[in-house]
Amino acid sequence: MIKDITIGQYFPGNSVIHKMDPRIKLLLDIVYLVMLFVSQSFTGIFVGLFFIVICYIISDIKLIMIIKSIKPILPLMIFTAILNMLFIKGETPLFQWWIISIYPEGLRMSAFMLLRIIALIVGMSLLTYTTSPIMLTDALERLMSPLKKLHFPVHELSMMMTIALRFIPTLVEETDKIMSAQKARGAELDSGNLLRKAKSFIPILIPLFVSAFKRANELATAMECRCYRGGEGRTRMRQLKIAARDIIASVIMVMMLGGIIVLNFFPVVP
Amino acid sequence: MLDIIKIEDLCYDYIMTDENDNVVEKTEALKNISFSVPDGQFLAVLGHNGCGKSTLAKHFNAILVPTSGRVIVDGIDTSDEERIYDIRKTVGMVFQNPDNQLVATIVEEDVAFAPENLGVPPDEIRRRVDEALKQVDMYDFREHSPHQLSGGQKQRVAIAGIIAMQPRCIVMDEPTAMLDPKGRREVMKTIKRLNKEQGITVILITHYMDEAALADRIIVMDKGSILMDGEPHKIFARGKELRRAGLDVPQVTELSEMLRESGVNISSEIIFEDECAKAVSELKLRTKTAVAEKKVGHIREDKSSEAARLENVTYKYSVGTPFEKTAVDDVSLSINRGEFIGIIGHTGSGKSTLIQHLNGLIKPTSGVVLIDGKNIHDKNINIRDIRFKVGIVFQYSEHQLFEETVAKDIAYGPTNMGLSEDEVKKRVESAAQSMGITHLLEKSPFDLSGGQQRRAALAGVLAMEPEILILDEPAAGLDPKGREKILGLIKEYKRTSGKTILLVSHSMEDIVKYAEKVLVMNKGKMFCFDYTDKVFERTDELAAIGLDVPQITRFSHKLKELGVDIGNDIYTVERAKERICSLIKG
Repeated sequence: MIKDITIGQYFPGNSVIHKMDPRIKLLLDIVYLVMLFVSQSFTGIFVGLFFIVICYIISDIKLIMIIKSIKPILPLMIFTAILNMLFIKGETPLFQWWIISIYPEGLRMSAFMLLRIIALIVGMSLLTYTTSPIMLTDALERLMSPLKKLHFPVHELSMMMTIALRFIPTLVEETDKIMSAQKARGAELDSGNLLRKAKSFIPILIPLFVSAFKRANELATAMECRCYRGGEGRTRMRQLKIAARDIIASVIMVMMLGGIIVLNFFPVVP
Repeated sequence: MLDIIKIEDLCYDYIMTDENDNVVEKTEALKNISFSVPDGQFLAVLGHNGCGKSTLAKHFNAILVPTSGRVIVDGIDTSDEERIYDIRKTVGMVFQNPDNQLVATIVEEDVAFAPENLGVPPDEIRRRVDEALKQVDMYDFREHSPHQLSGGQKQRVAIAGIIAMQPRCIVMDEPTAMLDPKGRREVMKTIKRLNKEQGITVILITHYMDEAALADRIIVMDKGSILMDGEPHKIFARGKELRRAGLDVPQVTELSEMLRESGVNISSEIIFEDECAKAVSELKLRTKTAVAEKKVGHIREDKSSEAARLENVTYKYSVGTPFEKTAVDDVSLSINRGEFIGIIGHTGSGKSTLIQHLNGLIKPTSGVVLIDGKNIHDKNINIRDIRFKVGIVFQYSEHQLFEETVAKDIAYGPTNMGLSEDEVKKRVESAAQSMGITHLLEKSPFDLSGGQQRRAALAGVLAMEPEILILDEPAAGLDPKGREKILGLIKEYKRTSGKTILLVSHSMEDIVKYAEKVLVMNKGKMFCFDYTDKVFERTDELAAIGLDVPQITRFSHKLKELGVDIGNDIYTVERAKERICSLIKG
């Protein structure tokens, strides 16, 4: 059933990483990505991976989740690896057959890219595993608040995000109900060719839209009743405060970035 | 006492205009309404669907402003746009659908929404949120997300979200209409507490007579005007007028009415079961114990006509995860052709899951479902044929309407069956006739009233002419008149077609009126399955598993405490009246 789909990948917890200020977490995640891209050597990538695995252990997220997070982009990874393998030329080919020739440089590069993508995905996933969607929205709103001066609708966007997050489970449940109701009237949802399939979804989509509009209308009135008038003059209950742990984390991250840059100039492993 | 809300000669017209701003249609929704609400009052507003009560409610906090006349909230005219937020802060509003009022993904964030909008300092918001959540008894759920909560809990969060504004008045527009009996009780308890302990003025718009009875004052509306205004006892004493306005009276009021008609001298101002029990016990009684009349045995017990059978059906959700839950636990039962079976049980008792087994929407984790003696999950059986044989009308079935016209929508099921055009047409007509909507066939389903939409959706299933018709809460959310209409039509359909009908309902009042047999579900198990009389002899046990027994039954229990025994099987007003008369006359 569709109900089983999980939305968002948040795993509630009480670790230091969970408790970190979401703004700092978001920024540090960006620093981490920069670090991966700056790094020119396997050492750098390994340092990054080692660091992130430690973070997973600290935040009490099962290591199996690393594999789960990689799985959806596995085809993309394989594709990149093959391309690298085929098109990076060196001096002496390791292997040659017809027009295909593989060089050690190509192998090295594809392994490097593969590891880099893994490190990248694993790091991004950690952010969503340890930060609730609402915290992330909050962090984005606050980090982007300087853009308000440029008339960028920061508050409106974050409000939209929040409402979307709030109503996804409701609408999923609703879809499930409508599907059951139409199936009970003999709807065939999973047979026939593409056109018939698309057509058979009309009895589900129309009621869903009608109800979504009705909900939107009622929600708007309810928000008006609760004195909503946009972002102006609005205060927030939850104040984000930067604590010692955020500073420590930032220092560690900056030091790592520095270390990696130094490594680029004085490589340990070629 | 000061008046928190003052309404002077309020008129409101809904005006439809075309592109050139010409008036196409004008509907007078409210006509010359004047009344005021003193600070601290608990006011109930009654009226059938479309009588203008929701339109009136939207005037209390300037969501709508009068076409003519004035609405004054705490000394401020609601047409004063400058002070609109002062008005909305003073008069909060709670709506029918709890889902469509919650904005945030976390309970406490949602409660904080209004004070955040008002620019209250963070520490103060924290304090208000905690206090508001404690007042509605939801403090322990502050970190949950709304979709994990039950309807009653969501509605209490919505109320907390209003309290956090520190309003002096709360307007509730049918806050319990979409809730189960347990949710209703929770919400009503909260409302009463806010009124009595916090001194908040409450304006409760409702369809439920027993809720209105709890108020200090009732206003009855009809066709956009005020029909009655007064204290509940006085209002309910005018039963005939109320019924003409599409409303109803509490069961004990009806009982006292019937007793008076048969010459018993009993007060006309009775609305609560204790009042009624006291009044009856004070009557001149010949004897204090009534003898239950011999019941006519049920004759039909023909095993050969079995329509459906469940054998040891068990269903588990999310098997193999930490969320595993047994929704239906080892249920075996047999349903005979032509029976009218009521199914009761509170939310989560497994009744909705159980009925979906009968048309194969849900496959049992273990056990067998047989329709006409055949296992429906056998390889050589097409599950679609089963669905045409066993029709299910889901709760709030109007949500399944999708076609341009009612006729096309009703034709959806029969067309899926592959019937000829003529046959489809014939069936659409006969189904529409059964549901009394032949005059609406060419209209868009989205232009109909709620009750009409419900009947159109029902017709859509009837048109498949299923052998077994299952209805999940067909009357939920309708006003008393709408309830009676739809249930009456179902009963009539049963009488003329002779089909097997399963009616799922929270309302024992409805079940006893229509069903021959009753299945009681509790915690996924079959609590009992027997003839209606037999099941309702056990009203004490039913009350013990948390089911909402009819008021008349609670009255008979109270009466017994006062030393007058009219039997354990009182669940209709007629029977209570007969028994009491037998005590008097012998």
